[in-house]
Amino acid sequence: MSMEILGTYAVAIFLLIGAGFAAVAVIGLLKFNDPMTRLHAPTKVGTIGIGALLLASIGHSMLLGETSMHELLIMGFLFVTAPISANFIAKVNIHLGVCETPPEPQRDDTWATLKRPEDNIETPKDLNAD
Amino acid sequence: MSAATELMNFAIIVAFVTLGLGQILSMVRLVLGPTSGDRILALDTMVINALGIVVMLGIHQGAQIYFEVSLLIAMLGFVSTVALARFMLRGDIIE
Repeated sequence: MSMEILGTYAVAIFLLIGAGFAAVAVIGLLKFNDPMTRLHAPTKVGTIGIGALLLASIGHSMLLGETSMHELLIMGFLFVTAPISANFIAKVNIHLGVCETPPEPQRDDTWATLKRPEDNIETPKDLNAD
Repeated sequence: MSAATELMNFAIIVAFVTLGLGQILSMVRLVLGPTSGDRILALDTMVINALGIVVMLGIHQGAQIYFEVSLLIAMLGFVSTVALARFMLRGDIIE
């Protein structure tokens, strides 16, 4: 069995893995019944699925004889930014109060995303009272 | 046609169909989504699936130009997700 056939098998298997993970991500997004639970399906599983598709793309370009490693750039960018956007969406959920509010932090008085701006700014009313 | 090429063609079809169905299903979540966080998450998923479709087009046609397209989609998707989330959090995007 030549290297070319092995490479074709590897690309096909990576494609199937990526398609499976993408399907699981979207099914999780649709079927889970809590906003914070739904957050986990696409942000982790979907990223892995796209990573497998990009690996297949690298393998395919190697098979065609014009090796390109650019896809690693997209993969790195996705793997870095997916947790950040997940964190932002979780903060939106906490902020809107659609999930259970986390327990109070031990040292600070309240969570930063729940703190209102007027709590730490001196209002004009306070200045007049002095 | 060898068995490897047949498996490859089958995998390409499966990946295209899965990603397209994924777009439709996340659009269902975008319409249903009881909270704003769900809608932002559905849009983020649709951006990532669109990126996967563009990568699949690149594999299918054997072209290299789709790399720039997918990189731009990835960056714009992240920035728009963060902008939507910040708008929900602060009522403003750039303070």
